[in-house]
Order: sequence, then C-alpha cells, then structure tokens
Amino acid sequence: MAKQLIKGNEAVVKGAILAGCRAFFGYPITPASEIAEAAAYYFPQVGGVFLQAESEIASIYMLYGAASAGIRAMTASSSPGISLKMEGISYLAGAELPCVIVDIVRGGPGLGNIAPSQGDYHQIVKGGGHGEYKLITLAPNCAQEMCDLTMLAFELADKYRNPAVVMADGFIGQMMEPVEFPQPVSSFPDKPWALRGEDADQFRLITSIDLEPEGLERHVLHLQEKYAQAEREEVRFEEYQTEDAEVILVGYGIVSRLLHSTVDEARAKGLRVGLLRPITLWPFPSRRITELATRVSAFMVVELSNGQMVEDVRLAVAGKVPVWFYGRMGGVVPSVEEILRVLRQQIEV
Amino acid sequence: MAEMVLRKSPSFYDVYERKPGAIKYQTHYCPGCGHGILHKLIAEAMDELGIRDRTILISPVGCSVFAYYYFRCGNVQVAHGRAPAVATGIKRALPHSIVISYQGDGDLAAIGGNEILHAANRGERITVFFVNNAIYGMTGGQMAPTTLVGQKTTTTPFGRRAEMEGPPLRVAELLASLESPVYIERVALTTPKNIARARKAVRKALSVQMQDLGFSLVEVLSACPSGWKMTPVDSIRWIDEVMTRYFPLGVFRDRTAEAKPMPLPKISYDLDSLLEKLEIPSGEAEGVIASPVPHPRYANPRIKIAGFGGQGILLLGQALAEAGMTAGYRVSWLPSYGPEMRGGTANCHVILSDSRIGSPLVSRPSVLIAMNRPSLDRFEPEVESGGLILYDSSLIDRPVTRRDVEVLAIPATSMADELGNTRAANMVILGSYVAYTGVVEREHLTHILPKVIKRKQLIDLNERAIARGYEYALMHRTAAST
Amino acid sequence: MANRRGGAELPYVEIDEEECKGCGLCVEACPVKVLFQQTKLNAMGYHPAGYKGEGCTGCGVCFYACPEPGAITVYKQGTVREEVA
Repeated sequence: MAKQLIKGNEAVVKGAILAGCRAFFGYPITPASEIAEAAAYYFPQVGGVFLQAESEIASIYMLYGAASAGIRAMTASSSPGISLKMEGISYLAGAELPCVIVDIVRGGPGLGNIAPSQGDYHQIVKGGGHGEYKLITLAPNCAQEMCDLTMLAFELADKYRNPAVVMADGFIGQMMEPVEFPQPVSSFPDKPWALRGEDADQFRLITSIDLEPEGLERHVLHLQEKYAQAEREEVRFEEYQTEDAEVILVGYGIVSRLLHSTVDEARAKGLRVGLLRPITLWPFPSRRITELATRVSAFMVVELSNGQMVEDVRLAVAGKVPVWFYGRMGGVVPSVEEILRVLRQQIEV
Repeated sequence: MAEMVLRKSPSFYDVYERKPGAIKYQTHYCPGCGHGILHKLIAEAMDELGIRDRTILISPVGCSVFAYYYFRCGNVQVAHGRAPAVATGIKRALPHSIVISYQGDGDLAAIGGNEILHAANRGERITVFFVNNAIYGMTGGQMAPTTLVGQKTTTTPFGRRAEMEGPPLRVAELLASLESPVYIERVALTTPKNIARARKAVRKALSVQMQDLGFSLVEVLSACPSGWKMTPVDSIRWIDEVMTRYFPLGVFRDRTAEAKPMPLPKISYDLDSLLEKLEIPSGEAEGVIASPVPHPRYANPRIKIAGFGGQGILLLGQALAEAGMTAGYRVSWLPSYGPEMRGGTANCHVILSDSRIGSPLVSRPSVLIAMNRPSLDRFEPEVESGGLILYDSSLIDRPVTRRDVEVLAIPATSMADELGNTRAANMVILGSYVAYTGVVEREHLTHILPKVIKRKQLIDLNERAIARGYEYALMHRTAAST
Repeated sequence: MANRRGGAELPYVEIDEEECKGCGLCVEACPVKVLFQQTKLNAMGYHPAGYKGEGCTGCGVCFYACPEPGAITVYKQGTVREEVA
C-alpha cells in the first residue's frame, strides 16, 4: 500500500478505526488534542461514535459503558488527564472491560508543561489507580507504530479482557512520518459476557464489586492468572547491535530513537554499544534483560523522567552488572551528543 | 384488562442468586426503605412496556449498589456518581437498548454532579431514577447534598447550616432549567396517592426513552428509616410533612407533547469505502518519480526551519518531507507545538535520509532556513560546520556571521510580494533550497503541492513562488555547490 | 388454586411471612385496615404482617406500599375463577 505522511496522533485514530474501533470519548488536552480532533472528523463518517465528554472522568466512564456493550472503544489524553481517569481505569480493569487508552505523556508533576516526557511510566505501568491490576502498555516510537500498536492494543485488550494503553510522548504524537496503513480488521473475537440489549443480558453482569473477601480474592487471583499469561505471551522488544555489545542502552518511545543514533555514533568511535527497546512496558522484557546481564558489562537506561523504568531494569539485572541512569525532565530532550558524552563518562569511570 | 393479580414482577429474578449468604429471597434493604418500592415500580413498568429484554440497568454506589441482585435484565455496576457517563456510553453503543441510571442523592447530586448535569444537557436518551432520601445511607448516615437545613446527620451532628454547608440542592428544578430534558418530575413514595403518581411517572419516563424523545428523570423522595432513626411509618410522614416543603412534588419539565424523536445512529462496521473515508491512499505504493542525486555535501540533510507563526514554517517543512518521501527518502517532520505556535515563533525539524532515521530532533542542523531575525540569531550557532544557511534577506537585516558555513540570502518575502502574496515567501525559499542543493527534483515539488496546499486556488500562486525561488537560487549558486 | 374464601370470588391478600421485614407500611397504607403486624417472629426476627382473613377489597395499595418485591401478592376480585378455569 502507498504511504501517507501523517502525524502520529492521526495515525492512532486511523489505526483504531481499521482495528474496528467505533467509539471515541475524549476531552481536549495538549499534546493529545489532535487525536480527539481526528476522531471527531473520522468516527462519524465510518458509522462510529465521537463524543467530547464534560471531563476526563466522564470520558473514561463513557468508555466503560461502550466497552460493557462489547464494542471496541477508546479514549486519549495526556498525563494530567490520565491522572483524572485513573479511578475509571481501575474500575475497567476490575470489571475486565477491554478498551484502549492513549496517553501522550507531557511534563509533570501538576500542570507541568506540554513538552515531551516519560514521567507517566509509574502511573501507567505500576498502576496509578487503586487495587492490584495491570495495564497492557505499548510504547510506539514512530508514526507507523502509532497505527500498528494501537491496532495491536485492541487485539490484546480483547484477548485479555483488560484495558490496554498506548503510551507515547508529544514528539511521537506530533511528528509526521510516512505510514503504510494495513487493511481493516474484519473479524472480531466473540464476547459472550458483553451486554447487547437483548434477552440473554439477564445472565450478564458487568461489575468490579465483591464484598466477600474470599470472593474478591478469587477475582484478583483470576486477574493475576491473566497477567501471568500476558507475561508469558506478550512481551515485545527490539534489539539493535546487541550481539557483541559491552554496554546496552535501554530506552523506549522517542528516547529509543535518540539511543539508536547514539549506538551508531558510539560504534563509529569504536565503542561496542547496543540498544534494547522495550515495546511492551508491561509486560516488561525482564527475562531478556536478565539474560543480557550475564554477558554485558553494563546497562545505561535513558528516560525523559527522574528514573522510573530504570527500576524495572535494575530488578531484572539483579545487581549482576552496573545499571547507569541518565534522565532529563520537564520536557528537556537530550541530544545524541549529550547522551554519548554521558555514556563515555560512565565507561571511563 | 387490569392485572388481576399483583405479584412479584417477572422483571425481578425469582431467586436473588447474586446475593451472597443464605437469604436469597429477601432484598438487602432495611425495613421500610424506599428503594424496594421504587424497584417494584420500575420492574412493573418494564413488564408493562415490554422492555425487560432490552433494558440495561446501571447500579450506582450507595444502598442501591446491589440493584443488580434483583433486576432480571442487563446489569452494570459502576463507580460513585458516574452512572450517567456510563449510561451515555452504553446508549451510544446500543441505541436500541433502554438504559436506566439508578442513583442516590450523594451519587447523583454530590460526586456525580457534573456527569448528571451534562448528560441532561446533551439530552441523552436515558432514564434516570434519582432517589432523594436526604442522607448517605450506605456509609452510615452522613450529610447528603439534599440533607435539609437543621437535619442532623453523622457529619452534621448539630444540624446542617445553610451558611456553612449550603442549602440543599433541588435537583429537579436545577436540571429543569436546562433546555434539553424532556421530562422531569418529583414524586414521593409515601401515601397511596403519591405512590400512584410515582408509578405513572416511572412509566412515563421510560416511555420517553422508548420514543427516543430525550432525557428523562424522576426524582423520588424516599424513606431512609435507618438513616433518619425513625420508624418506617414516621419516615413517610416526615417526607410528606417536612421534606416536601423544601422539595415540592410536581412536574418540572414536560416536553413530551412537542419533542420530536431523535433516534441515535446505529454503529456500523461497513468496510465499503472505509479507506476512502479515512483518506488513506489505496493501491500500490507510488513509484519513485526520480531518484535525486544531490551533491554529497547536501545529501541526507537535517533541516531546521524557523520563523514567525503565520509564515508557513510548518507547511514549508511538511512540503519538504512530502517531497522527500516521494523521492524515496526516509523522512521525519517534527514541529514545535503548543502555545508558542499561537503568535510567537514557530519551528520544525525535517530529516531526509537514505537510512533509518534515529532521532527526529535536529539539534545540530546541516541546513538552517531562517525566516526572521530572532530565528537566525538563535539557531545560527547550532548549524554544523560546513552546513548551509538560507535566510529571508527581505526581513533579516544582518548578514550571517559564521565563516564556516555556506550562505544563501533570499529576499523571499519581497519576491512573494511581487507575486501578489507575501505569504508565499515560504514557497520561494522551498524552491531556492531545492534548486540550490538538488536534494529533490523540481517535479517532486509539483507532485506534492496539491497534498500540502489544501485550497486549490492557491496552488498556482505557490507553484509560481517555487519557480521564482528556483530561478533565484540557480542564479546565485556558487561554484562550490555545482 | 383452591378458593380460600369458601368458594366466593372475593379478593384477598397473601403475605410471604419469610420475605416480610415487618416494616408496617402495608398496615399503615391499607384503607380498610385488614392487615396487622403479627406477634410471632419470622426466621429473620421480624414481626411479619398478616391478613385478618376478610375485608380485603383487592385495591392493591399494600402491594405498592411494600418495599419487598415478593412479600405481598394481591388477588383481585374474579381472580380465583379465572385461575380455576
């Protein structure tokens, strides 16, 4: 298929529709607003629903409603908006409702700013809402993946009856790159649990409440089984020049692009450096990192945050080799030269 | 013919299997609680209207959190206050269903105030049953937004004070001030006469939804003997004698006669012409028109373009990226975004590359296109040694000071002005850059122009601007670049 | 179903004493005062409502006053014949 030069945020919307998503509930926020705007333009034209909600909270619960009805549905926002949605996200996970949430992360805490950030890692991956749940979290690093991983998010959400998050940043969302769109999905998994507005609904209940401790524990254990399955089957990552690497750079999203260039420049200077890019932030490629830790001399994690994913890398490395960290915050994006400088300093130390 | 037996409605489950414990034949409500009465009126209306099989009932947070134990229909249990938003999502997904949002006063009028206000204002085709018992029952008798002034609760132990906690919220009146709602009535579950009115109101509210007329809400004054610490009989007297003085019964909105049905569109999965509707180019990839072979010093450019908002900076970058894609390059275009776009400066980063693009961020540009003085001042030092600076010399009143870069000064705005539109200066520069470096061919620009210039009548002007820039650059190309 | 009132087509009310929570709202609402609170206790410890055995007009007021979905069943006039036939 021909390629189209398109913004990542718009690629999300087209990918979602190609995946069979027919409902979008949103609320404007920079730098995610183009997603709602593109949804407002395309969803009604393809027989779908677009609704601008009165709040982030309302939009996540409209999603809860549409997901209860078994249709593929989504919302998109940016960090402060995601914070507001966290209550609903916990309910969605508790009620096992598949849906897709896009987070175009911006600088925080508080109002912060609108520049690119990865400060939502903990909020999304570790559970910003209450209770013991997990979100399948995909981290695209280009416009093509904004489409592809949004489509994948719908598949995984349905497969696991769980919300899935596409977590990107302002750069990935705002950037234009060529995208080749796949054919639309035409067959969808059966959802015998979903409400359809028909007689069989009398046997169906969407809920997250269970006042009996044993009952709720059973439910939570059931969720953990699903999560364990996802950890076995859904880990996705990309490696670049790791075969002979002495130092592995680890970064996701826009940072992985910087690190890709860093690897090239470092190799040009004779440093044996490779890159591991987690594509799924949860489930996290812990096992692969543990394997690599047996044969490399160090890892360096780079994030647009104070060091959040680095905790998971350190858990996987388990003290076998040093794990260095370099983070920029507040929307500052380091240059390749800067990362290379830090890397060389670390190696020399 | 009137029903000859009044018995448990078939819209209730025979046995409350979802209710934990041994007692599955009795509700969980306290003796004398109004919820059960309202449940019966709703179930009876579902029977009589023949909608049980397509009804979806939303259980809120509050004493009726377990309404799903009882109603034999689709059931959804939701978070505190969010039922109208969930109802919206369900109804939009399943327009044929009958969606009931069942809410208490803390749920609807306090934590869910925003959701109910906007669902009502959107005219959602849902039916809300709002139980007003002036107290938080489930959590043990705290103050509700509808608690009366002077009423003692566990969080107003000395009585509610209007000047500190505010007066009670009159939800029916408040929502009736909106344009959209079709039917709003306040009833009381007290005397046989009032219960008969409530019964009618419940049926009417649901029939409004069946006819797709719009939003309907029944506010139900309902007894909470446990919370009020009264006997059930005293409780219904208190409603009639005290509550109704502040919450008068009656119809606050009834547009059922004049409202027109507004059925929601059904969700469609029709794949016919889906790609067209999504404006996705179909068919095979376009062949590369011609592979440009720029002078090596101009190959794989990392370009920064900067100027005022309104100069078409982002568009210039987009045109370059489009042309690059058509010429077979990997490309990326990254804008500065947000408030700075509105008024102040604008800049974007464009990369055309033969190989995979790592960082799309151009921190050391090989090409700087500066369209105003602040941009030149700010970005001139960033340009890599041996790079190229193009600037609009009709707006920038100083020469480039760097000696280690190549410079092309283009009076772009003046040239565009001569063509009749200063806003075409960006295309003059684009033409110049392409002519000067050969990074793409002229025909690539012609090819992509209709994609980036949305207003067809402007294509010709932009074409001419590109041509002017092109000629200008060819005339000023130095020996080094040929 | 047998006619409990000696073959006459009289309305009557049936109370499920185990579902009843003894709130007394039906007793209060009954316009002809044929319902009463019993002295005995049900399994839940409530004094269930009872029917005096005659005088029910089948008006249904108690049915709608009662908060329990299945605690009260009212047979209106003519019901018995219909059901027997």
